[in-house]
Amino acid sequence: MRETKLAEQDWMTEVRAMVGREYGRVYAWDEVNAPMIRQWCEIMGVENPLYTDATYAATTEFGAIVAPPAMLQAWCLEGLHPNNYPPGSTTENPYEVLRLMEGQGYQSVVAVNSDLTFERYVKVGEKLYYTTRLDAVGEQKTTALGTGYFVTLIMSFFSEKPNGGEGGQDDKVGELLFRVFKFRPANAQPAAEAPKGDAAPAVPKIKRPKPGISDDTRFFWEGAAAGKLLIQRCKCCGTLRHPPGPVCTKCHSFEWDTVESGGTGSIYSFVVMHYPEVPPFDYPNPVGLIELDEGVRLIAGLVGVKRNEITIGQRVQVEFQAFDDGELTLPLFRPVAP
Amino acid sequence: MTSKNTRRFDEVRAGEALPELAIPITVPLIAGGAIATRDYFPGHHDAEAARKLGSPHIFMNILTTSGLVQRYVEEWAGPGARFGALKIKLGAPNYPGDTMTFTGEVSGCNADKRSVEVTLKGKNSMGNHVTGTVAVVLP
Repeated sequence: MRETKLAEQDWMTEVRAMVGREYGRVYAWDEVNAPMIRQWCEIMGVENPLYTDATYAATTEFGAIVAPPAMLQAWCLEGLHPNNYPPGSTTENPYEVLRLMEGQGYQSVVAVNSDLTFERYVKVGEKLYYTTRLDAVGEQKTTALGTGYFVTLIMSFFSEKPNGGEGGQDDKVGELLFRVFKFRPANAQPAAEAPKGDAAPAVPKIKRPKPGISDDTRFFWEGAAAGKLLIQRCKCCGTLRHPPGPVCTKCHSFEWDTVESGGTGSIYSFVVMHYPEVPPFDYPNPVGLIELDEGVRLIAGLVGVKRNEITIGQRVQVEFQAFDDGELTLPLFRPVAP
Repeated sequence: MTSKNTRRFDEVRAGEALPELAIPITVPLIAGGAIATRDYFPGHHDAEAARKLGSPHIFMNILTTSGLVQRYVEEWAGPGARFGALKIKLGAPNYPGDTMTFTGEVSGCNADKRSVEVTLKGKNSMGNHVTGTVAVVLP
């Protein structure tokens, strides 16, 4: 065990020693050019004439067509053939640290952050290149995906001066901070079997969590599905109770039936969920503790409210909404005039 | 867009919500976006290759996501807005057949730089595909 640990430290020492390393230039295959810009705008749905209309662009501070800023990184990608960079590009691999981690079993990678900052826009005719610095390798982390390391690279993009750089240094035009998580998957899953023929792709759809339903609570969910807000009532003493349970909290009777609530009440308390954002809910997500006019309280989602305008005592009215193709119907509450 | 005015810095207030933008996620958008950004990784255009990687279908590349984020903010800010930063965090993948809906709000205004920060998210059926901030300078 001790030997394994030492071995891990050895390779991590090697990884840590690489942090700060700079990698040489990677050139763009093509100068910044109007056809590639126009096609990028077409597919993205970007309609700013600054990128495609020379007459309009001439009226701007640039005087000519510029490239969309989000296109910066695209200019310098290698294209169809992996690692096939234009002449003059470095032969070093800025991603060598990831290869080293793969050798230790951290096979998977997922991109986490892409932070672009722009010094200036680039014009048609400019020739771009970037250099890379290995900025950071974090401590070992375990996430839902697995165990591994966050690796941060910073790419600095420059516009090369014509005539071999006479007339000063190349302009820095922007920067990309790119962070990946290089990890050992927590649950290695076999590749999904390809569906046959024209079957629709099995894109996973995340559904609302289902309530646990018991003999004591079934009436409530069946009522909701039928558009009724049902409340449990003790058959002996008539006391209402919610959430449902087997025994009357007042007289301890096991005998009960239900009554339909009028569905009106007021907000007794509330929370607004912001983080973490769990799909498929919308955020911010307001949830109320509703005091029904019959006297019992229940927790339910609030709809038709702005998060800053919810107040204690606000009058609300129930409504029913079906989710996931009718698999689940929930009572929700909407503010009404007092 | 030619007729559309650029929002002026003085018109913008922190907390202002951007209009929603729903973008249907399609095979042409994912594959075309990958090629338009010179990203030929097979998972972005070859369904068989994507399935071998364990994905149900091809999935959107980051550079297309960045392009769509630019579009979302630019459609609100107008053609005279100038981007200073576009910082995104990636989440649930975008697969064909889904819809990504952008929402956002102004999260900061810097009067000295006439710069506005927009905090946004692009949500699909599996959760947030992208969250992030964009800084634009306005006239």
